[in-house]
Amino acid sequence: MMLKQSLSQAFLAELHADLRLAYRNKSALFNPLMFFIMVAVLFAFGVGPESTVLSKLAPGVIWVAALLSSLLALDHLFREDYENGSLEQLILSPHASSALILAKIIVHWLVTGLPLILISPFIAMMMQLPGQAYGTMLLSLLLGTPALSLIGAVGVGLTAGIKRSGLLLSLLVIPLFIPVLIFGASAVQASTIGLSASGQLYLLAAFSLLSLLFTPFATSAAIKISLN
Amino acid sequence: MSSSSTLSLTDRFWRWFHGFGSPARFDRFAQKALPWFSWGAGILLLAGLIGGLFYAPADYQQGESFRIIYVHVPAAWMSLFTYVVMAMAGAVTLIWRMKLADAVARASAPLGASFTALALITGSLWGKPMWGTYWVWDGRLTSYLILLFLYLGYIALVNAIADRRTGSRAGAVLALVGVVNLPIIHFSVEWWNTLHQGATVTKFDAPSIDTRMLIPLLIMFFGYQLYYFAVMLLRVRNELLDTERRTQWVANLIMDEPARDKS
Repeated sequence: MMLKQSLSQAFLAELHADLRLAYRNKSALFNPLMFFIMVAVLFAFGVGPESTVLSKLAPGVIWVAALLSSLLALDHLFREDYENGSLEQLILSPHASSALILAKIIVHWLVTGLPLILISPFIAMMMQLPGQAYGTMLLSLLLGTPALSLIGAVGVGLTAGIKRSGLLLSLLVIPLFIPVLIFGASAVQASTIGLSASGQLYLLAAFSLLSLLFTPFATSAAIKISLN
Repeated sequence: MSSSSTLSLTDRFWRWFHGFGSPARFDRFAQKALPWFSWGAGILLLAGLIGGLFYAPADYQQGESFRIIYVHVPAAWMSLFTYVVMAMAGAVTLIWRMKLADAVARASAPLGASFTALALITGSLWGKPMWGTYWVWDGRLTSYLILLFLYLGYIALVNAIADRRTGSRAGAVLALVGVVNLPIIHFSVEWWNTLHQGATVTKFDAPSIDTRMLIPLLIMFFGYQLYYFAVMLLRVRNELLDTERRTQWVANLIMDEPARDKS
């Protein structure tokens, strides 16, 4: 029987199914969070407990930790779907695969990116981030982490067919993350010394929108190549 | 009688394009073109170095140490040029699945990485007398470091995928994503920090460089360019002979070789 489904219905169905899968596999949700906190703790051990030093480093440390934990979480984006064959089904479906892949990326961001943002004030407190920078930090992560998930998805698509590809993935993706890191950290930095961070925030939003526009197509092409 | 006269210009272009993409035809072209490119590269590089090291006047501020520009700047230009060639070859690979384009992209990656490494090393050696340290987190130096990472990522990805065609198509997507990101990365890093001296050659209206300094630099640039094409042709030929080793034209080529050497 042929299912008559519109693209938006298919998109919502994919979103719904992935959210339910994520809800049932909670370790995928907690591991990147734990990693995020641990990286921040490592920095504190590395540079010492002096609060003036920590608060100076805080914007960079928070952003680097967020970048690394979203990188770590990326590995799960298509891994299980590739192994159980549902990724192949998704490509074979009559709907535009880029839209369905976008649904997957959105869910991935909701279950790994969003919790990261919610927990970031806790790390900011530990790192002695000045109080007036909290709002900018939250906003910069909210605007910047979608770009990380979207750009990272292309790398995951390219390496989906390779076994133990985690390290390779980071080699491919980290250079592409650098602009987001630069403007994210600089936005927080600016607001710690009382400057306006709107320029950096606009640029982060621009990066996310640009990636939203292009990466679903690139990811879908990459997955098709990986599935061969 | 001749069908070519009835073909439109675009048709003729596509016919040429697909003909050029044929490995056998490319191999004949590469064999003929290679000596021109290699000798041209050798002569231009020698001339540029002699001109740069002996005839160009010393810089009024930097003295003799500015002469590293003749190795540094062409290498930096070529590293970007090679990346663009790689991305364009990648696009052709994805669209027309042309073996030749795939071989060009694969052959260019290590060359581009070497140009980038050369630009970084000479830049850091130049930095020692000028800035007092081998490495500064200067905008342009750092963005070349990231370019090197992009090249190494491409090489790592292409080598990690066992199936050759899948590998080159994955590499092509990565190169295209990279080429879109290259300006973004460049301007981000530039904005992040900049100490590097401003460009001296690209200001075409009034280049702030003496013509006696500029001419050897341009000669060096064309020398690098020819060197790139020579090595690229060599590598592409090697690559195509390897992938096509079971075809008739390679068999014919190998059978012909000793006969031609005698004549």
